[in-house]
Amino acid sequence: MIFKNKLNTYNSSIFLAYALIAPAAIYILCIVAWPLVETIRLSFTNSSLAGEEYVGFENYERMLESKKFHKIVFRTFLWMFFSVSLKLIIGLIGAVLLNANVFGKSAFRVLVMPPWVVPIAIGMLGWLWLYNGYFGIIAGIGMKTGILDGPYGFLAYKTSAFISTVIADVWVGTPMVTVFFLAAMQGVPKDLYEAAYCDGASKWSRFYKITLPSITPVIVTMALLSAIWTFNSFEIIWILTEGGPRGATTTLIIDTYKQALGNYKFGRGAARAVVVMILLTLFAGFYLSLLIKINKKVANE
Amino acid sequence: MNKYNIFEKILIYFGVFVFLTFMLLPFVEMFYASLRPLDHLFRSPYQFYSDDLSFWAYKEMWKTVPMLGRYIFNSFFLASCVAIITLLFVIPAAYSYARFNFPAKNLSLYLFLAVNMFSGAVLLIPLYKVLRTLGLLNSYQAMIVPGVAFLIPTAIWLLKSYFEKIPIELEEAAFMDGASRIQILRHIITPLSAPGLAVVGIYAFIGAYAQQFLFAISFNHVKEYMPIPAGLYEFIGYQSIKWNEMMAASLIGITPVLLVFLFLQKYIVEGLTAGAVKN
Repeated sequence: MIFKNKLNTYNSSIFLAYALIAPAAIYILCIVAWPLVETIRLSFTNSSLAGEEYVGFENYERMLESKKFHKIVFRTFLWMFFSVSLKLIIGLIGAVLLNANVFGKSAFRVLVMPPWVVPIAIGMLGWLWLYNGYFGIIAGIGMKTGILDGPYGFLAYKTSAFISTVIADVWVGTPMVTVFFLAAMQGVPKDLYEAAYCDGASKWSRFYKITLPSITPVIVTMALLSAIWTFNSFEIIWILTEGGPRGATTTLIIDTYKQALGNYKFGRGAARAVVVMILLTLFAGFYLSLLIKINKKVANE
Repeated sequence: MNKYNIFEKILIYFGVFVFLTFMLLPFVEMFYASLRPLDHLFRSPYQFYSDDLSFWAYKEMWKTVPMLGRYIFNSFFLASCVAIITLLFVIPAAYSYARFNFPAKNLSLYLFLAVNMFSGAVLLIPLYKVLRTLGLLNSYQAMIVPGVAFLIPTAIWLLKSYFEKIPIELEEAAFMDGASRIQILRHIITPLSAPGLAVVGIYAFIGAYAQQFLFAISFNHVKEYMPIPAGLYEFIGYQSIKWNEMMAASLIGITPVLLVFLFLQKYIVEGLTAGAVKN
């Protein structure tokens, strides 16, 4: 009897469970949750270093009326679209290559990771040099092969700056995508392949009919996660172009930062941050509902 | 069935070569540039080749970037502080998620993970105000305090799955012998999960090392406290950048994390991908 009681207390100390979580929860509440709420409040004020007053929806009205802001939103999604699609495509091809059972595969698998491990800011210093219009290797190859007539500052022109920042972002994001795809591919039960092999299926049809469907949940997950990461990406653009030339690489995050800490217009910055939060919440909701659907489907099968 | 013919092998190796070139070219070029004399780098028309390679830049950079040593120390110091503080918060929370059943368990775990959606950039304004009110602007804490918050969620997730692997029988036996939950956590779970703690700690260290830019340029203007990415970034604004020394300094700055990662990559990759693959 005593024995049983003891086991019961062992399994049901709800108070202790909460107490153990409390420090982390309180920390997050203070440093993340409260600032989120505060951002919403600030977005209705004209807060700056001088002080703040309630201004109603003025920040939002101004923001939504401005043509510049519409362009920024459109540009953000365009930037995301290119970057995420490239990460997924290159990541999938990369994972297939690294999954191949050839000599040196374990070394190859380690060599993909450095862009992810290294601080983004330092990686971008390297890219800044690569993109240098006079002395960088990309312009150098261009000039030697005659593709470029002369020096070309990749970060100095609108379109090329946009493409350059996308490429740098793909470089940072691809390792993670590749590693997750690779892990998923290795998790596919081997007997599936053996059965298909005995039935005479070619390598391509084994990939198309077994590998791809098995890793679809991971592909969907990575698509949404990298959409969120790309959307939040700040350092890459900030270091390469600071959002320039003439705003050609200014995404929502960069614009938020410029308004807030560049001009110290906290209110306007906050209104933009709220838009970012709303969009992120939509992504997350979409992500969770997809995850639940996939889990249900897996459970049914 | 996993045999490839010559043609397929060539295709695979060629693909791997192209793929890895994209991933590694920046590092190779950074290293090459760091070995070339400055006047070779700035030669027009462009030249791939220098006959005068040396480690000269690695000596000169300490003069050009006078605080480089300090920056490197700061990076290490900040990342270590963040990693240790993160672990202190995460160990009890992860244990609770691994072993207890309580109302709103999944909901609260999802809420923790939702933090991962937000980058620091969105929260800069209120964070700036919080830190200003607390008088923490322009100090190490200005970078440590927000840094920890953004690492806690994933760290809880990683450590939780590690704790779940420890057989519960061990704890039950200790409980029968009269040990309290806290004693169990301190004397049984923590020592047994040392490898897991190491992986999570290293994850936090690498994460903290990587996030040292945004918070540093936003909340700290004191050079003495700057971590290396923010410290080097300052030199980008200058009229003439000594690129060979910049690249040398950058490479020195990333060597520590690269080494840590190389030794432990297997565990880190396994830990991170385990959750995703199971789901």
